[in-house]
Amino acid sequence: MPSCDVVIIGAGVNGLAAALRLARAGRSVVVVDRDIPGGTARVHEFHPGYRAALAHLWQGLDPRLGVTVPATRVTTVVTGLQPLRLATLTGKAEGLAPEDLAAWEEMRARLTRFARVLAPFRAMTPPRIKGANDLFALSRIGLSIRGMGAADFRELLRVALINVADLLEDDLTDDRLMGLCAFDATLGAWMGPRSPNSLFVWLNRIAAGEQLSFPQGGPAAGIHALTTACAAAGVQVIAGDAVARIDIAADRAVGLTLASGDHVAAGTVLSAIAPQATFALVPPDHHDTGMMRAVRAIRSRGGAAKLHLALTGAPAFPGAQLTDRIVLAPSVDAVEQAWNPGKYGEVPARPVMEIVIPSAHDATLAPSGGQVLSAIVQFAPHAPRDPDATRAAMLDNTLTVLEEAAPGLRALIAHAELLLPSDIEHRYGLQGGNWHQAELSVEQMLFLRPFHGAAQYRTPIPGLWLGGAGSHPGGGINGTAGWNAACALIEARP
Amino acid sequence: MKHTPTHYLTPLLRTPFHARTEPLNRHAHWGNWAGFQSALCFGDVEMEYTAIRNAATVYDLCPMTKYRFTGPDAARYLDRLTTRNVAKLPTGGVQYTIWCDDAGKVIDDGTLFRHGPQDFLLCCQERHLPWLLDSAHGHDVQIAEVTEEIAALSLQGPCTASVLRAAGFDVQALKPFRMARFPFDGGTLTISRTGFTGDLGYELWTTPDHALALWDHIFAAGSPWGIRPIGSDALNMARIEAGFLIAGMDFITAEQALREDRTRSPMELGLDWLIDWQKGHFNGRRALLAERDGQTSQWALVGLDIAGNVSAEGSIVYAGKTREVGVITAALWSPVTKRNLALAQIRRPWHDKGNLWVEIYALRELHYAKLMVPAKIVDRPFFKPGRRFATPPGVM
Repeated sequence: MPSCDVVIIGAGVNGLAAALRLARAGRSVVVVDRDIPGGTARVHEFHPGYRAALAHLWQGLDPRLGVTVPATRVTTVVTGLQPLRLATLTGKAEGLAPEDLAAWEEMRARLTRFARVLAPFRAMTPPRIKGANDLFALSRIGLSIRGMGAADFRELLRVALINVADLLEDDLTDDRLMGLCAFDATLGAWMGPRSPNSLFVWLNRIAAGEQLSFPQGGPAAGIHALTTACAAAGVQVIAGDAVARIDIAADRAVGLTLASGDHVAAGTVLSAIAPQATFALVPPDHHDTGMMRAVRAIRSRGGAAKLHLALTGAPAFPGAQLTDRIVLAPSVDAVEQAWNPGKYGEVPARPVMEIVIPSAHDATLAPSGGQVLSAIVQFAPHAPRDPDATRAAMLDNTLTVLEEAAPGLRALIAHAELLLPSDIEHRYGLQGGNWHQAELSVEQMLFLRPFHGAAQYRTPIPGLWLGGAGSHPGGGINGTAGWNAACALIEARP
Repeated sequence: MKHTPTHYLTPLLRTPFHARTEPLNRHAHWGNWAGFQSALCFGDVEMEYTAIRNAATVYDLCPMTKYRFTGPDAARYLDRLTTRNVAKLPTGGVQYTIWCDDAGKVIDDGTLFRHGPQDFLLCCQERHLPWLLDSAHGHDVQIAEVTEEIAALSLQGPCTASVLRAAGFDVQALKPFRMARFPFDGGTLTISRTGFTGDLGYELWTTPDHALALWDHIFAAGSPWGIRPIGSDALNMARIEAGFLIAGMDFITAEQALREDRTRSPMELGLDWLIDWQKGHFNGRRALLAERDGQTSQWALVGLDIAGNVSAEGSIVYAGKTREVGVITAALWSPVTKRNLALAQIRRPWHDKGNLWVEIYALRELHYAKLMVPAKIVDRPFFKPGRRFATPPGVM
């Protein structure tokens, strides 16, 4: 029976980031995962010789981790006869008419300014409405927001809670660019571009890192860099053993019982898996009713399906290179129309999607001559009554859109895997199939994430902490939530 | 009870005893108790009160909210819900208990009856089904509101054991907070030695179809002792003398409070004796432990003996005549103790410093007589007759 200062549930990027921080602070750390390390970045073989990861692009690890993963920058392309290229999420655009180019230059500068002043929130424990706060850090953020000047401050307040479609339609006219922005704002969210506060979710995403990239050597190499750093710091990883229960003694979390029957004794338990899944591991005799009401009220609906195609040859998307990120979202309305059916449990006729060819960056992901196409396809119904029929319909509609964008692609398909949100929940433990373990939207952010009473990473159950994507500031392959949680844990000196 | 489609025209529900209580209520003095038409007084509150302390009285308990808990985890569930140790409650036993929210604030108080290893009945003032159902997460327990499936009478007064014996129910050996079952009218009558008067008394539980037969049987057997129905006004006098609290009157329950600072913990209501700290986790325990260890309780609920004979309902309590430190929640000139009594919430630490004063505004023919009178904190219950706990209770 191993014994340690902190045992961490989940060896995804947040669990590993927390482990690294704690181990470097001198704590003995054990990380437990039911699978191999990597979480959504781990690679699986979906067809003989063809491999893919759920998360196919990175926005970069949180620089505080001090783990450098060499990565290739990825350009975004809206394909077609007149392709549109963006170097980053709000980067310089190629292929715009002059009047739109000027409007975009102004808008992206504005969005970048907003994202920059909000970014420091991501790296801190969320403030409390009542109780002790890091007033120094808060006042610094407050000053930097005011430092933007009255006009920008007023504009930030104006747009903070509006939908992204309104903002785009105010200033832009190019459907390709507006469709791309509407898609980027709602990627991984349970909202369409006309849903309230979709702009804020986009700002949060931009604040996490504007540059999309593909780790050299593939996602596995990126995770390997992190696990290597952890191992060097003395972290022990137990892979392939699920957590059966969080052990509680004298009303304090004191370790884990694993599916194998093994026990891990620990001074503190930090969970990087979804909050709902975490509390399901706590024996119900230790629950408080109000807390469990809050836990069960966390909204975590996923609308993103994941497509993996094993191709016998390279697809041809006009105007794009194989190493590009290709977005098929022709207009704001196209994104909104893809969102509408999902609300009612139906499959959109024309899904919108982000396509990456990982094998173009890392040839080992496909057999010689073959290619892997990886796409996030939106919006899939979150809890379909008939998953098999829904999956088939979603795949068929997706391939129809893909075939139009890259004629001849269907003929190259050796195998197609489409994961519905429910499949993603089953395989990766992401609650409801939502990529952030809990929906990212204003009412589930900051001191409301994942719920009031656990937003500073410490839960009401003594010795049990949260540090996954379900906690502030949410998901993405960056490790910020886990790192923040470890910092709060170290500061609390339990 | 069956509700007609036009019941909205008479929005107060009637209890199964209505056919008997309605003609007896000579002044039609009714109140609304939890949505039921409930007698406040049948004619003369002093006579009713005097019967509680000297003879035998009947009070219609049907509006009391009741929940039934059954299933393998029922005891475990109630142990996590309430602050007392349910494992220690034997079948046939009754517990006065409380339950709290996560912040350790009292949601309600009530009596818990254990009818079997996996069968419990909880009686309380307010409705709590959402809280009770949400608390069942992870437990194999069935929860149902059974308020209208049970007809109950409270039989209170020093002669009640004699009345029951005359009625054919031998309760001589029945101890306080215990129950016994008797066949009655082709059904079952459960008699518990419980009540809300601080006197000798019993509560009689059956189903609505036997309600009127029970009423008639008890009144026929009780006539030699002058048995009479009572309303809530007389009962309220008796319960203040007994020092019992009423949710919503002596404290604001956690789920009803609109203002953040109105909720109260068990310590702030003098109910911490109901907490079993050793039994393991229960709802609110973490917050209560912090309150106990950090001594952060803000309030104290106390009994007051006030100078003079003017009842002090709703009065403000002062420390040294000038500093406002609390409020009277219930008060009366107590006929049996011949004292001017009250229950009060006092802000700590003033409950501990003496020199308390009560400002009474006595309206006398449209002129207020303003009194500032001294008050002393005294132990509750104010009135504690030996017959309440004596077994056998004696014959009167």
